[in-house]
Amino acid sequence: MSLTEAPPAPPAQPEEPRKLTLRKPSTRKRLIPYWLLLPGILWLLVFFALPLVYQASTSVQTGSLEQGFEVTWHFQTYVDALRDYYPQFIRSLLYAGTATILCLLLGYPLAYLIAFKAGRWRNLVLVLVIAPFFTSFLIRTLAWKTILADGGAVVDVLNTLHVLDVTSWLGWTESNRVLATPMAVVCGLTYNFLPFMILPLYTSLERIDGRLHEAAGDLYATPATTFRKVTFPLSMPGVVSGTLLTFIPASGDYVNAELLGSTDTKMVGSVIQSQFLRVLDYPTAAALSFILMAIVLLMVTFYIRRSGTEDLV
Amino acid sequence: MPVLRWIRRNLIVIAGLLTLAYMILPNIVVMVFSFNKPNGRFNYAWQRFSLDAWKDPCGVADLCGSLSLSLQIAFWATLGATALGTAVAFALVRYRFRARGAISSLIFLPMAMPEVVMAASLLTLFLNMGAQLGFWTVLIAHLMFCLSFVVTAVKARVMSMDPRLEEAARDLYAGPVQTFVRVTLPIAAPGIAAGALLAFALSFDDFIITNFNAGSTVTFPMFVWGSAQRGTPVQINVIGTAMFIIAVTMVLVGQLIASRRKSNARN
Amino acid sequence: MTQQQTAGGDVRLVGISKTYGSFTAVQPLDLTVPQGSFFALLGASGCGKTTTLRMIAGLEEATTGTVYLGGKDITDLPPYKRPVNTVFQSYALFPHLDITENVAFGLRRRGIKSVKKQVDDMLELVQLGDFARRKPHQLSGGQQQRVAVARALINHPQVLLLDEPLGALDLKLRRQMQLELKRIQTEVGITFVHVTHDQEEAMTMADTVAVMNGGRVEQLGAPADLYENPRTTFVANFLGTSNLIAGEIVSTGEDLVVAAGGGKLTLPRERCSAPTTSGGRLLLGIRPEKISLAHADDADDIAAGCNRVTGRITDSSFIGVSTQYVVESPAGTALQVYEQNIERDSRLTPGAEVVLHWNPAHTFGLDAAQDIDAGATSVEDAE
Repeated sequence: MSLTEAPPAPPAQPEEPRKLTLRKPSTRKRLIPYWLLLPGILWLLVFFALPLVYQASTSVQTGSLEQGFEVTWHFQTYVDALRDYYPQFIRSLLYAGTATILCLLLGYPLAYLIAFKAGRWRNLVLVLVIAPFFTSFLIRTLAWKTILADGGAVVDVLNTLHVLDVTSWLGWTESNRVLATPMAVVCGLTYNFLPFMILPLYTSLERIDGRLHEAAGDLYATPATTFRKVTFPLSMPGVVSGTLLTFIPASGDYVNAELLGSTDTKMVGSVIQSQFLRVLDYPTAAALSFILMAIVLLMVTFYIRRSGTEDLV
Repeated sequence: MPVLRWIRRNLIVIAGLLTLAYMILPNIVVMVFSFNKPNGRFNYAWQRFSLDAWKDPCGVADLCGSLSLSLQIAFWATLGATALGTAVAFALVRYRFRARGAISSLIFLPMAMPEVVMAASLLTLFLNMGAQLGFWTVLIAHLMFCLSFVVTAVKARVMSMDPRLEEAARDLYAGPVQTFVRVTLPIAAPGIAAGALLAFALSFDDFIITNFNAGSTVTFPMFVWGSAQRGTPVQINVIGTAMFIIAVTMVLVGQLIASRRKSNARN
Repeated sequence: MTQQQTAGGDVRLVGISKTYGSFTAVQPLDLTVPQGSFFALLGASGCGKTTTLRMIAGLEEATTGTVYLGGKDITDLPPYKRPVNTVFQSYALFPHLDITENVAFGLRRRGIKSVKKQVDDMLELVQLGDFARRKPHQLSGGQQQRVAVARALINHPQVLLLDEPLGALDLKLRRQMQLELKRIQTEVGITFVHVTHDQEEAMTMADTVAVMNGGRVEQLGAPADLYENPRTTFVANFLGTSNLIAGEIVSTGEDLVVAAGGGKLTLPRERCSAPTTSGGRLLLGIRPEKISLAHADDADDIAAGCNRVTGRITDSSFIGVSTQYVVESPAGTALQVYEQNIERDSRLTPGAEVVLHWNPAHTFGLDAAQDIDAGATSVEDAE
């Protein structure tokens, strides 16, 4: 803008020289964020990032416990690990994927209920959702052994309804038992990770303005259309973080497979655990866990990109 | 059919309550079976009512020892993770600095990785360094995986905080320390508390990472795991039930106090 | 605004500026706020007024320049060491403290133990004695605003800074609080520096208004002086409404005669802030309420010596106290005219041929080398 600088008569002050030197923020101030970050980031670097480096090196070592291991760039370990354990990998992804979908299907109505229908019961229901956390998850998983026990009420009912006939034909259960079958493992996984699905779902549903439902209804949307076109899209951030929080831990889990399954339902976590802690074949264990990490990170990255919620982090 | 119509109209509520039942059922089973007197070593089938386990919750070798060890580890891990995580969260929200993206990823990755991967790689590190597995290795591991969760919880709170509140404090003669203690900390407290609570729960309940890095040290979850192989004492259910009741009571009392305070303030 | 005596509590900014990277928020600026005055920094958002205020408070480090308070250089003092307090935009009341503790905050930080009496007195001054134990979120907007004022004033600062203190209030409450703040200022006699984008608010409350635009002060003066004698198109348009007519000077003397829109208009030479050489371009300004409107049939009744512009009404809206007309004429396509509703001429409807006329003494002249529409966007847009 070109102005006729009509100087607004600032009282002239010749006695003070103008400080035209630029001030820079002091070094001490600039360093504050680094001091705040230092301990936490150092901890993660040493005990999270560095171990991954060690593991990477271990995975290409050869040798034995007695003679010690040496880096020989033996990538064959990866090939062997995949060849020997691909059923466990596929099973892990399959079980974790199924559990995640089941969590979404079971968790969504409950999250919706808490967010929109619970009214003054909202806090109580929320407490009940979080409450199981307070009992050790191993104890609760063991309780499923009782619930699904052979000849127990659940198996009886499923038998009477001929559900087990169908599921055993599909290979999910045996004809007269649920325990030690894939269904028991998936049931345990679903149960264990349900709160991780419900809480993010609830958080994003709760943010939705209830008037949006009225507005949609006012604009000729049926309840089903309202859900499909308004509620569900708005809850996408919750769906994405819920599915991630469920799928990631489920894919590496071996507790449910070990407690509720059989040798035929072993997941890749079990293999890593036994290679590491019992067989003491460190290179194979390291390779297996690297493959698992790579698969999960690839899927997560792809999923986050696709769902377009990169601000999740 | 009116019944069918009622069901259709309340489909979401019914489905939600069924899910809730699915989530609560194991807790009820745990509670009921804490009063069981099993015949063999395993507490999976109902035999008859008994208060034996409740009268003597520490009556099984190593159980209460493992419980107290777990509580200690959870306490220190929570303390450490909360302190370090809060500092990181503040730096992330309040300051600009180099390598911001890399640091954010470093915080996010532990949450986006199956536990077993972190467990195995951490064990590799400890083995390579010749570290003695036990209390300290478990504590280090727990602090590591709790850290990210604390950062996330605190970050959310600090982000929603009006930076003008701190400016107001500085304007009203509070120096940097005073500002932090009198204004920043009290306002960020709910986020820090949420992070700490989460860290405690995660640490106390952790099995996979602990199992890899504990050596011969036995935490409570490891005790339960071991007993699933050797035989499950009823006392496990007693501890589980007690924890459940204590926690729920604490939450309900807290809620009651909060709502009481709210109505008091209104009068 | 040329108070030459060095009063003890003057705020003086010398060559103060602020840049963020390549963006300059405040151009090097000289400004003196005399002790005890009510000073307003007025401008649209992003004009640098809040940054200037924050540099006085110490919340923003000046890139260049010096801040003096009562002759003392306070440029490098942190905010908590400056005898200056701020009423923040949207108040920034501490949500975890009750009203008493909010107000007592500054006293306690300075180690004053017995604060009860002072806090009570201060709450009395802002008429909030009954609310001492409430939390901020339990108060209405107007009450929160008063707490913010009390919290700052209790420290007896040499200068009170107010950053859009009334922005969050509705119109009626805003009017009420304007008078209230003015009352408090007169009562305590502390220098107030008030930042606002609302020109009415600035004119109602302040003794001196500095109009800021693009990081510099466009013009500074008493409200009436600014309104009557704007020196730039920005000030003419931003403070109220102005009709600006482009023309060419045909004769100079005691009065300037300007050819514009096919006619000749005159204005007093001393009211022209532009160079006045014959043949030069000029912007002629006239406020809408100073113009009278006559139907073309009555053109002969208009007193001689008036400036006249003929045109046609394109729009009229009835406001209550006045009627606002938009008139199309060769001098300008949308001339604004406000007529008091004393005797309404029923012929003055859209489409009617009219003659606008006004006393030449009410005309002001501006340099034509400016954007004629500068500052004309409404206040609402600027928010």
